[in-house]
Amino acid sequence: MNKGSKLAMGIAALSILLVGCGKATSSTSSKGSSEALSGKVTAVGSTALQPLAAKAGANFTAKNSKVNLTVQGGGSGTGLSQVQAGAVSIGDSDIFAEEKDGIKADKLTDHKVAVVGMAPVVNKDAGIKNLKMAQVKKIFTGKITNWKEVGGKDQKIVIINRAQGSGTRATFENAVLKGATAIKSQEQDSNGAVQKIVSTTPGAISYLAFSYFTNKLQAVSIDNVTPTDNNVQTNKWKIWSYEHMYTKGTPDKATAAFLKYMDSKAVQNSLVKDMGYISIHDMKVTKDAKGVVTQN
Amino acid sequence: MEQTNSQLKNQDTQSHEWDTRLHHATKATHEDWIGRGISYFCIGIIILVVASMLWFITSKGIATFTQNHVSLWKFLSGTNWAPDQGQIGALPMILGSFAVTFAAAIVATPFALGTAIFMTEISPNRGRKFLQPVIELLVGIPSVVYGFIGLAVIVPFMRHVVGGSGFGIISATFVLFVMVLPTITSMTVDSLRAVPRFYKEASLALGATRWQTVSRVILRSATSGILTAIIFGMARAFGEALAVQMVIGNAAIMPKNLISPASTLTSQLTTGIGDTIDGTLPNNALWSLALILLLMSLFFNALVRFIAKRGQLKHER
Repeated sequence: MNKGSKLAMGIAALSILLVGCGKATSSTSSKGSSEALSGKVTAVGSTALQPLAAKAGANFTAKNSKVNLTVQGGGSGTGLSQVQAGAVSIGDSDIFAEEKDGIKADKLTDHKVAVVGMAPVVNKDAGIKNLKMAQVKKIFTGKITNWKEVGGKDQKIVIINRAQGSGTRATFENAVLKGATAIKSQEQDSNGAVQKIVSTTPGAISYLAFSYFTNKLQAVSIDNVTPTDNNVQTNKWKIWSYEHMYTKGTPDKATAAFLKYMDSKAVQNSLVKDMGYISIHDMKVTKDAKGVVTQN
Repeated sequence: MEQTNSQLKNQDTQSHEWDTRLHHATKATHEDWIGRGISYFCIGIIILVVASMLWFITSKGIATFTQNHVSLWKFLSGTNWAPDQGQIGALPMILGSFAVTFAAAIVATPFALGTAIFMTEISPNRGRKFLQPVIELLVGIPSVVYGFIGLAVIVPFMRHVVGGSGFGIISATFVLFVMVLPTITSMTVDSLRAVPRFYKEASLALGATRWQTVSRVILRSATSGILTAIIFGMARAFGEALAVQMVIGNAAIMPKNLISPASTLTSQLTTGIGDTIDGTLPNNALWSLALILLLMSLFFNALVRFIAKRGQLKHER
């Protein structure tokens, strides 16, 4: 009885699998792709890129059912070390490989797949909507400690930083601190945690990717430039970074096809924007690993 | 003659039978061998796993000192933790870990003792029916849930009551208090139940009240068991990562008071490990923190064994 039911379940599962495969292959053949792509692609790293990579990956495998594609988080550092070690096919990173000690950037190939803008966010109670760049720097280096010094309420500033070595923090520090050292403060390791803590802690300031803005917290303009996609595209808004997919050596067919798909209009014009990233095609400037920005 | 011959023959077959019985394994013996083989195999694998983990963590953990040439003393006594800039003073995290561990144990022990005495001496029936499942339920709740409750309830509460941002050692203490309570309680219950019945009977027969019996006889003779329970609770608190990380604030600064953000060895490990590159100083430094955690858990285990031994001697006397 027990064995019989197990067998039945097995057969049912198998038939579902087979039906699934059949459907997928028929859809690819109807689109007329010359030969079925197959292989295993693993993308590991940046948690900021993970949602986009996962969604794009799901769409990609829906079209190429023989490709086994997995997307995992773990952090930019993990992504870069794993791709350097050859353990994964794609290393996702928020920062240039050149910026990370211990990574031989010349051995890796950079594929920029999206742009992420970041902005300071403060708790709504502080009464702050705009800050000067110099003031943001003074806050994060501990020289300004009360909101009244920058035109807000008489309230102590609570700094919430990101983990040392994280890609988001590196981007923010490159653009704002420019070599100065941030004061030791609370550190959180995810956008979600920062979002929750800033919206509930009086006097809190941190920084978030645009897609994590909510009406429960106040995104701050800097020097009267508002943090919008358009301002990032022209570099009027300075705090932004690329989302990179690094490969080592020549990528195999499946990996190359996925990278090509990431750069395609289907992804860049819809998925990237829908998920709160900025399309790489819309950028009117280019930033290199040293932070030098040139007009396209 | 004939008789002796047949006797001899008989003897011969008998001895042959004995021979096979003695020199060839029976089915039961074979089962024995197989059973022993399986257990040795499993033990071997476990020993291999433990040994390779020890070796792995140790070799990675000492790389900070052998490859990056940081002095051990600077690592243990330094107060500046900025691995990206080559500064790896781990003292803030070491102090943070010990602070939350001791604070949680101090807060949890009276509650655990009270619950355990209630469950064994005051109302064993209700204890078994009602409190036991509650305690077991507390063990089963995943630590991320504790952390989330801490973030949503304890942190705002602390901010309201004591001021500051609400993140800090005190919030971590209260989260850990709930997490170590079941460990300490259930182990204390076991040690109270192990107190021989006649101790209690003799005490009551001598005219001691219930409270005198509990406080001077039962608790006294279960002391080593209770200490073991507390140390197990501390070991759990020391190693807890996720829940603590969510409420302590993770600021790698020397803890000045209970209400400002601090960090622990585990919270620094979980926030930092994804952002470091294998083989570089920031990564090695995190492994060194892991090595401290490992050594501390070995120390807690050794302490438990030491106390258990002392307790035994006392009973024999």
